[in-house]
Amino acid sequence: MIRFDRVSKRYPPGLDALSDLSFVVAEREMVVVSGHSGAGKSTLLKLIAAVEKSTGGAVLVGGQNLSGLARSALPFLRRRIGMVFQDQKLLFDRTVFENVLLPLSIAGFHPREAAQRVRAALDKVGLASREKALPVMLSGGEQQRLAIARAVVNRPSLLLADEPTAHLDQETAEDVARIFHEFHHVGVTVLIATYASELFPGARRLQLDHGRLLP
Amino acid sequence: MMGWLAQHGAAALLALRRLAIAPVNSLLSLLAIGIALALPAGGQMLLSNALHLAGTSSAVPQISVFMAANAERRAATEIESRLGKYGGVKQVQFLAREETLARMKANPGLRDVIEVLPANPFPDAFVVTATDDRPEAMEKLAIEFRQWPKVEHVQLDSAWVRRLDALLKLGRTAVLLLGALLGAGLVAISFSIIRMQVLTHRTEIEVSQLLGATDGFIQRPFLYYGVLLGLGGGVVAWLLVGAAALWLRAPLGELVQLYDLTLVLEALDARDSAVLLGFAAGLGWLGATISLQQHLRQR
Ligand SMILES: Nc1ncnc2c1ncn2[C@@H]1O[C@H](COP(=O)(O)OP(=O)(O)OP(=O)(O)O)[C@@H](O)[C@H]1O
Ligand SMILES: [Mg+2]
Repeated sequence: MIRFDRVSKRYPPGLDALSDLSFVVAEREMVVVSGHSGAGKSTLLKLIAAVEKSTGGAVLVGGQNLSGLARSALPFLRRRIGMVFQDQKLLFDRTVFENVLLPLSIAGFHPREAAQRVRAALDKVGLASREKALPVMLSGGEQQRLAIARAVVNRPSLLLADEPTAHLDQETAEDVARIFHEFHHVGVTVLIATYASELFPGARRLQLDHGRLLP
Repeated sequence: MMGWLAQHGAAALLALRRLAIAPVNSLLSLLAIGIALALPAGGQMLLSNALHLAGTSSAVPQISVFMAANAERRAATEIESRLGKYGGVKQVQFLAREETLARMKANPGLRDVIEVLPANPFPDAFVVTATDDRPEAMEKLAIEFRQWPKVEHVQLDSAWVRRLDALLKLGRTAVLLLGALLGAGLVAISFSIIRMQVLTHRTEIEVSQLLGATDGFIQRPFLYYGVLLGLGGGVVAWLLVGAAALWLRAPLGELVQLYDLTLVLEALDARDSAVLLGFAAGLGWLGATISLQQHLRQR
């Protein structure tokens, strides 16, 4: 599903966020990426979703080499990937329902089918009763779950999550972790960047240190 | 999957919603665009009325021959028979000075002026139609008539028509120039309004891109916004021109009556209205396109 082949990423003006990184994530696998702050976890996820471009080596997603990807092909790659961003990137002037609807509108779903899918996704994360609320009216944990609902509504085969349990109390964090486990169980490939790797028992661990993979 | 039509419908609806969210802003924008467009549109309205007027006035060029004020009727009769026999003259119409006086007195604006005059100020006159109405031939006739006894003044009416024609050409050029200039202004207005819109919705654009939106999907609501702005501005311009036509109708009608013409000032006809609205919508779209290209190329 994902292959990193001697990948490096250097941000201008010359900081190496990732160096000589090689690993493979198989289909239907669940992987946790951990490491200190600034180790390069977010950068790794951004390379997979083609939000950033590698400066060396090759990143392959679903057999597709991302460095050779045309700008016009980018949207279609991203529609196959669900991503929960570290800063969530919710739209605060849209309702919970409309936030989750956005990926489906983008993909061109018929409104009726889209509405069904949105409700199913909200139901899955326990926000079914809040669909008319605005994101500011939600608690931190609810916002986190809203971001997850938006990431999975398009039923992606690959789910990326950047610190999905940050700022949550133990119980809420466990709730959120359970949602990822459920997606893993139905066959979704899951990659999670987190400090709290103990929330994901059974997941394979990739440990980053200053942009390098620890053995 | 959603049809092409439904996607456009959704984008248009979103654009309308954004216009409605800030009604005062939207209204002021429409007013700015409308006033800018009203100038060339108003010019076109006056122009097509003038064209209509020129078309209904004596299109056949004529020569007016005025006798001297002190000429007796006998002299006039002599000229009349001479004109009738002259080669190249097709038709002669005699206008007796008494008749002219009576006709002028019928005009309420002129009656008071004429009544204070001690004597009839109008001479006997002839209106001559030539067989050959090309300007050179007419000019030749006029030169000949001027040398005849007791003929005080010979006027080529075609000169008036030609002058009007030249004026209308100038008017058309002015309208085109004004249209081009203010059209460019409209593109600039649309450009900066859409730029503001894009900046306002920057997060939304970024998030949509991360969720797999194509440039087309992102641009669509903004393009509709530009088109709606242009179209709305066009409607405002159309209303302004219509109101001006109504308001100017009576005074202009009186004015042209002094020249023995009738004019009922008409607002823009269907073709000009369609051109105005199409032009406005197109320029709104153009401004939006340039604005979006600039924004999307930055990333
Ligand atoms: N857009 C950027 N421009 C320049 N440097 C960047 C950029 N994004 C990240 N970096 C740098 O790259 C390094 C890795 O950043 P990254 O965000 O991947 O770390 P992280 O492991 O996600 O950290 P955290 O746990 O704090 O989120 C850091 O030193 C960071 O300062
Ligand atoms: Mg991070």
